Amino acid sequence: MRIVIVGDGKVGFTLTEQLSKEGHDITVIDRNPELLRTLQASCDVMTVNGNGASVHILKEADIQYADLLIAATSSDEINLLTCFTAKKLGCSHTISRIRNPEYVRQLTFLKEELGLDMTINPEAAAAHEIYRLLQFPSFLQRDTFAKGRVEIVEIKMTKGCSIIGQKLSELYKTIKIKVLICAVERGNEVFIPSGDFQIQEGDKIHVTAESPKLASLLRALNIPTQKVKDVVLIGGSRIAYYLAQRLQYSGINVKIIENDYQRCQELTDLLPKALIINGDGSQKTLVEEEIQNKADVLISLLNIDEVNLVMAVFAKQLGVPISIAKIDRTEYRSVYETFGVESMINPKELICSDVLRYVRDMGNRTSGSMLTLHRMVNNQVEAMEFRAVKGTRHLGKPLKNVPFRKNILVVSIIREGRVIFPTGDDYIEAGDSVIIAANSGRPITELNHIYQ
Amino acid sequence: MNRRMIARLIAYTLIIEVIAMLPALGISLAHQESDSVRGFLLSIGIILACCALLLLFRPRSKTFYAGEGFVTTALSWIIISLFGALPLWLSGAVANPVDCFFEIVSGFTTTGASVLSDVESLPRGILYWRSFTNWLGGMGVLVFLLAITSTQKKGEGSSLHLLRAESPGPIVGKLMPKLKQTAVILYAIYLVMSLLELIFLLAGGMPLFDSFCTVFATAGTGGVCIKNDSMMSYSPYLQTVVGIFMALFGVNFSIFYLLLTRQFARALFDEEVRAYLAVMAVSVLLITLNILPLYHTFGEALQHSFFQVASIITTTGYVTADYGLWPGFSQTILLLLMAIGACAGSTGGGYKISRLLISFKSVKKEISRMLHPRAVKAVHMNGKTLDNTVTKGVSVYTTVYCAIILLSFLLISLDNQGILTNITAVLSCTNNVGPGMDAVGPSGNYNVFSNFGKIILALDMLLGRLEFFPMLILMMPSTWKRKSLH
Repeated sequence: MRIVIVGDGKVGFTLTEQLSKEGHDITVIDRNPELLRTLQASCDVMTVNGNGASVHILKEADIQYADLLIAATSSDEINLLTCFTAKKLGCSHTISRIRNPEYVRQLTFLKEELGLDMTINPEAAAAHEIYRLLQFPSFLQRDTFAKGRVEIVEIKMTKGCSIIGQKLSELYKTIKIKVLICAVERGNEVFIPSGDFQIQEGDKIHVTAESPKLASLLRALNIPTQKVKDVVLIGGSRIAYYLAQRLQYSGINVKIIENDYQRCQELTDLLPKALIINGDGSQKTLVEEEIQNKADVLISLLNIDEVNLVMAVFAKQLGVPISIAKIDRTEYRSVYETFGVESMINPKELICSDVLRYVRDMGNRTSGSMLTLHRMVNNQVEAMEFRAVKGTRHLGKPLKNVPFRKNILVVSIIREGRVIFPTGDDYIEAGDSVIIAANSGRPITELNHIYQ
Repeated sequence: MNRRMIARLIAYTLIIEVIAMLPALGISLAHQESDSVRGFLLSIGIILACCALLLLFRPRSKTFYAGEGFVTTALSWIIISLFGALPLWLSGAVANPVDCFFEIVSGFTTTGASVLSDVESLPRGILYWRSFTNWLGGMGVLVFLLAITSTQKKGEGSSLHLLRAESPGPIVGKLMPKLKQTAVILYAIYLVMSLLELIFLLAGGMPLFDSFCTVFATAGTGGVCIKNDSMMSYSPYLQTVVGIFMALFGVNFSIFYLLLTRQFARALFDEEVRAYLAVMAVSVLLITLNILPLYHTFGEALQHSFFQVASIITTTGYVTADYGLWPGFSQTILLLLMAIGACAGSTGGGYKISRLLISFKSVKKEISRMLHPRAVKAVHMNGKTLDNTVTKGVSVYTTVYCAIILLSFLLISLDNQGILTNITAVLSCTNNVGPGMDAVGPSGNYNVFSNFGKIILALDMLLGRLEFFPMLILMMPSTWKRKSLH
């Protein structure tokens, strides 16, 4: 597919890297020639230097033949104008980044009037992700499928867990809940485990379960749960605003530490119930004073990864049970984990999965479409949800007889609202939603790709 | 330095070379030239053995940076030249191994210079192989490798380093988002134009074998001849066809792509092409007027003048007339054209028209800055501001270009030839033209030099074809330094 990406910033670059790896023809437009030169050295893409909203530049990028345009510059207005212009010039699909809360309220209007096919808001996505994590703080990550009916959650096996040392095939005997472990992270390795795999202490397991059973799953695993009442946010960014709004709605106390006085005033207007504190959120005494053994959660949302990490580690030292850091440079994730920071939020990656799903879905209009895509374990494993249709192969055949590709796992089948955790005797029918886990070596864009 | 990865890529280029040798082997078989058949078979055997040896080293990682790109390019060109020379030597067609190396380097680098006084006595298979190296070297072996291999691998940026290192010109861009597509388009244009020329030549009654060899040499702007008198014995029609196609192959290939995609305005207003055509037109006119007394009609003078200008500016090096007998003014113009060369992104060599344009524009900018010290100026080309790195790159290139020419001039003067012979030999080889003047002119050849001189000139050809930097980087000791454990 021919894709034009406007804006080679954090989101733009991640998308370029990922989409070019999946074999699409990509042209990147940016105003900064320096950035484009660096990009050329790492990705096999074409670059055009200039303003992506100008007709002349868009034409130079062959927009009239493009299947998709993604506008990801830092300015919402330029993004909107770019998408509008591109659509008029004949680009079939457009995706725009819109992150200003003032415009977010009129998203449907904008989508309809400007013909946008999708909008992305990394900050809102990050806020949503953090919020869902805080609902069950024992989970390091939560991904939903089948309209929220099924989730894949990441749990760290701490000491005292009931299933340590057990084989996966005997799991049901201990916890009495139907679940499926679809990936296990041990050190730097990732396993898509089989029945005789044994869980060890320190493993991070990715478990699929029905959403209503999550609480009982934690109880059965003997993992302590923590109720969240007081949250401290360092940095009053857009993420903080979106998050505070959600948290307040569910009755959680929010405290925001922000250095810029003017921003503090804006935040008090936007979030009347939150406690806004004007001060340097990375100052030790101030943070100590504001936490004072009361906060359950500290979330550091400043713009510098290093500071966020230090704050997360510091919060642990102060005895805050949960600390979350926002990070932009994911390539050092394994290094950060050695500091003891486990919950990290990366806005651009969350958005990247959404766009990837959209692009892969565009590629297969004929067969069953991809409904959800989540990437786990540092993007090494992908969990995808597909709709099985008539054209899907091996329908109605018991799974044990189906020739699957290597490293593919059918995690669950949702049939008429029922969730099935499949065994060898189960089968896929047309109309089912099927959740697949796979290692992300070869991209899977349709259900038939899972077979040999 | 990821040596294993480099070894692997070189092995791939050697496989391409073996495949390229097969038609020549077939021709030798058809003409029952038992010596050349033996030569080709032995060479293919040796190359394949070396390939197998290189492929034994499995790359441990796929990291591939700019440095690896340059080293791979330089090394693979040297190695394919060494192995490419084997058939000449093993078949006994050329006795001196240094001569064999000189001939094949001259072929791959599309120079067309020769040390042989009687080309026509060579076996047909060997003649074909000499010509075919022109075609392969014109667009580049690694570009060919990029066109046929999948770039759907990790470290995708790596392949761009290869294209950059092998394609001539100050700015190397892509025509399509993917490098592979770009390489395929370049080769497709190259192939189609070659076929067109072949049809025109056959229509003019040129024998099949001659047509093929001439097309190879024109397309690569190499000018390796299969006749002792170059193009002199062919009919004026054939000479004109070859002349026009030489001029076409000297145009930046992206212009043809623009024409194909119907972006006529962008193609026609390209500054480099306009300058190229203008330089050609002016030179043809001046030389025609200058040599008018030597020929019977204006038409004849014009034809020879056009052919010679096209041949020299595109660095092909074919001759239809012995320009050594022309007046000094015409010879001087040809000498200058030799140094300028064709457009960037074409198969021609030389300093390149676009570099000349950028240099002049930079000079103009600096002069205006002296008059108005506070002026803010930028160099523009085709309506776009040129990056500082490009103008800086051009001036560095100019320095290296002059330095290499002067150094080689000094080194080959040890052979005690005339100054004109020496300087034109160096200019001609470094710019991949072919014939020079005086002793290395259209009526002479490079056999006047000793083995030492020939090796220096062969290196000049490689330096010039790869635009100096890959070869220089290869020779830098720091490129090869390993990480010490202490």
